[in-house]
Amino acid sequence: MDTLAFLIKRLGQAAVVMLVISIIGFSIQDNLGDPLRELVGQSVSEEVRDELREEMGLNDPFFVQYWRFLTKAVQGDLGTSYFFKKPALEVIMGKFPATFELVLAATFIIIFVSVPVGIYCAIHPKSFFSRLAMAVSIVGISVPVFLTAIFSIYIFAIYLDWLPSYGRGDTVDLGFWRTGFLSLDGLSHLILPALALSSIMLPLFIRLIRGEMMEVLRSEYVRFAWAKGLHPSRVYLLHAFKNTLLPVITVGGVQVGTLIAYTILTETVFQWPGMGFLFLEAVNRVDTPLIIAYIIVVGLIFVITNTIVDLVYTMVNPMVRITGVKG
Amino acid sequence: MIAAVQKAFESNFFYQFRRDPVAVGSASVLLIFVAMAVLAPLIAPQNPYDPLQIDLMDSEIPPVWQQGGDERFVFGTDPQGRDMWSTILYGTGISLLIGVFAVMLQAVMGVSMGLVSGYVGGRIDSFLMRLADIQLSLSTLMVAIIALAVFQAAFGAELYSDLAIVMLILVIGIAEWPQYARTVRANVLAEKEKEYVDAARVIGLSGRRIMFRHILPNTLTPILVISTVQVANAIVAEAALSFLGLGMPVNQPSLGSLIRNGFDYILSGQWWITVIPAIVLIILILAINLLGDWLRDALNPKLYKET
Amino acid sequence: MALLEVRGLEVAFPLRAARLQALRGVDFTLEEGERLGIVGESGAGKSMAAYAILNLISEPGRISGGEIWFDGQRLDTLSNDEMRGIRGNRIAMIFQDPMMTLNPVLTVGTQMIECLAAHRTMSEAQAQDLCIAKLREVAIPSPEARFNAYPHELSGGLRQRVVIAIALLLDPAIIIADEPTTALDVTIQAEIMGLMMELCDNHRVGLILITHDLAVVSDVTQKMLVMYAGRVVETGTTAQVIARPAHPYTRGLLQSLPQKNTAGGMLNQIPGTMPSLAAVPSGCAFHPRCEHTDARCSSELPQLRAVGRRMVSCHHAEALK
Repeated sequence: MDTLAFLIKRLGQAAVVMLVISIIGFSIQDNLGDPLRELVGQSVSEEVRDELREEMGLNDPFFVQYWRFLTKAVQGDLGTSYFFKKPALEVIMGKFPATFELVLAATFIIIFVSVPVGIYCAIHPKSFFSRLAMAVSIVGISVPVFLTAIFSIYIFAIYLDWLPSYGRGDTVDLGFWRTGFLSLDGLSHLILPALALSSIMLPLFIRLIRGEMMEVLRSEYVRFAWAKGLHPSRVYLLHAFKNTLLPVITVGGVQVGTLIAYTILTETVFQWPGMGFLFLEAVNRVDTPLIIAYIIVVGLIFVITNTIVDLVYTMVNPMVRITGVKG
Repeated sequence: MIAAVQKAFESNFFYQFRRDPVAVGSASVLLIFVAMAVLAPLIAPQNPYDPLQIDLMDSEIPPVWQQGGDERFVFGTDPQGRDMWSTILYGTGISLLIGVFAVMLQAVMGVSMGLVSGYVGGRIDSFLMRLADIQLSLSTLMVAIIALAVFQAAFGAELYSDLAIVMLILVIGIAEWPQYARTVRANVLAEKEKEYVDAARVIGLSGRRIMFRHILPNTLTPILVISTVQVANAIVAEAALSFLGLGMPVNQPSLGSLIRNGFDYILSGQWWITVIPAIVLIILILAINLLGDWLRDALNPKLYKET
Repeated sequence: MALLEVRGLEVAFPLRAARLQALRGVDFTLEEGERLGIVGESGAGKSMAAYAILNLISEPGRISGGEIWFDGQRLDTLSNDEMRGIRGNRIAMIFQDPMMTLNPVLTVGTQMIECLAAHRTMSEAQAQDLCIAKLREVAIPSPEARFNAYPHELSGGLRQRVVIAIALLLDPAIIIADEPTTALDVTIQAEIMGLMMELCDNHRVGLILITHDLAVVSDVTQKMLVMYAGRVVETGTTAQVIARPAHPYTRGLLQSLPQKNTAGGMLNQIPGTMPSLAAVPSGCAFHPRCEHTDARCSSELPQLRAVGRRMVSCHHAEALK
């Protein structure tokens, strides 16, 4: 596949997803509540209302209205939050750092635990530790993420009183970004939510890495690597693991959407002031512009991360190398 | 169809089953849960939905083994004075009901799409599979949260709570069809090459007849294996949605909404209102997952695999 | 003492249900620069014998008896670390399918240099020069470009040349080649085999060729070993065994070959199939498929013994010879 074809395919897919999301967003705007009432209240007479409707373009055909919505959205205007009385996009982006840092921390935990454990379990499938890891992981997969969150609050925050139970703690304002990484209090607030968010992906990836790597270890090229007299670390970590990575990256890409969904659950339990928590509040307050803004921002994040995952995949797999020369 | 089921359940299958304590254990646990849910109206000490049977004076009583426990309420009571044991019995039923119906919807949609995709092939196939890819990458939970949030905002909370059970089944059912479609398609492609399908075509059977009478029975094993895991996933999804307040309402609670109700009280020490339904939910999911794992190993069907 | 000497080699797979015996006492020797063919149907244990030399048997199989001596050193008791010094360095292997042997996500160069780095200390530039020289030796066109290529960018024939170049990289004393041309296009099989022979001669490398192709064995080897159900049934110089096979199984194999002088005639096949390891027949394992079977064959295990100038394990060898 050459670069151009790859880019076209990627952009086409992104365009379809964003188009669907924008139509959903637009239909919500159209159907939830009367925008007029939000502006002028109930006290205005019917004639004035009609006049206003005409003036605001609410009587225009669907596509004209949709086009207007789209052009505004592209310019970053997703309406004004009813509750916060501020541009919806600005409200959402204000909460973005909190969610991003939570996801980042959870991703770190997932990668740095599942990779070594998965590799170990693949190399020594019969050892006590591997059997234990597999048993724990089937239990882990069966505990819904919000229950892990609730139990960890109950045990570590209430019963043992070791860690704070909710909120983000002290944050440092970097001007464009409010981070919890730079203060001890912020970090201690991050531990439980990040662990809870990673708890369900962790067993999934451990099982996946173990299964794929065991298959790779039976392959002919791994046998050839042994026959060359290579050191075991090179056979396992380069020859076997690099091939294991391919299916793991594919599945990882599919999990991005799930991870975002889990942030809503985790943030709700820990009252973590991120986008997911904000979204649920917006749903309860029927704050339509904010709901639309969230859906569109999440759609964008989804499209961007999927593109990154695809790029990483092409970097690891020479067979789809986008700039390679075919022999 | 019967022949295929028999093939899957050869005597060897039951022999293996009886020898594996994990399989027997998880199947028994699951059976007990189903019996509890079905018999809830008979075995529950009170009907938690009947206001006449509930006394607010009984609220927030801890389980019997704790100080202040009341032997009328084995697992204690919630802030409305409802018996936890009774609400759990009814809640398990609602969770199972949604799980099973959602999976039936998934299976019907997925199997028909998979059969069409695999048998017809060509453009329809590539379109359906592309759709399946996109659908899967969007994550069921995310789609469900957004869809239900929008419905709730559109209908208003009152009307929504009446429709919740149907909405949950629809949303969870529709979002997961690709799981079935991919596996069925892969199996159809493999079966299509086999002689008996040629033979059926030679004697002049119609395409639809070949699909439903000849190919479908051979895909039953993978469908069974997927369904087990999918029921667990659907119950978890329902619980998560209810926990977020997008699922079953307080007056008709599933296990997820029970957990949500109790969560407000966990900080003030009434742990049992959350923890007991949570443990019930975990045991239920674990039993189904263990059974699913065992079935997959025992039947070893051709499942769709990411490559 | 010979360069390589295998005595009474046994390999077993202890499984939960049963202990499967893949090799039941195999003996052979290889002198410096000598070429030995091991033939037999699949399942006979010929690959197992080769993998056992380098202790590359897959789990849970292991060497359960016998001794392997190489260059005065006993191999079967070496630790993994010590064994690593032999693998790829003194004894190299070439596998059947070049499509599967090379790691798809690593360049040809990486897979060559790592082999040098595992056994020698040299600079990156030196290593690269040596690798490219070897690629040139196996007649790969524009070796500098192929050095940086990924396996999927090369044809099957070129890949097997790369595998051969890797095997020869450290001037090993012995190369074990397991069906090195079976997976290749018929048109390039002879070409690759010719190349291997030429290189083995040039570098005085001993070769153990595992194959089911008797024609290839008779073309290129000096000695041969016929295996059946984990045992050697006949061994001797290739010329002798091919010209006058003494074991009915060897005869069967030879008769199933297309012959120049019987063009148009039917090919004879040995009836039946190789027994599974779980159910090896009593006595002579070949007796259910043999046309000369009598009561003794099914009860008494024939020992490998000298008949003329070769070794045969058949009760009727003298009569059949």
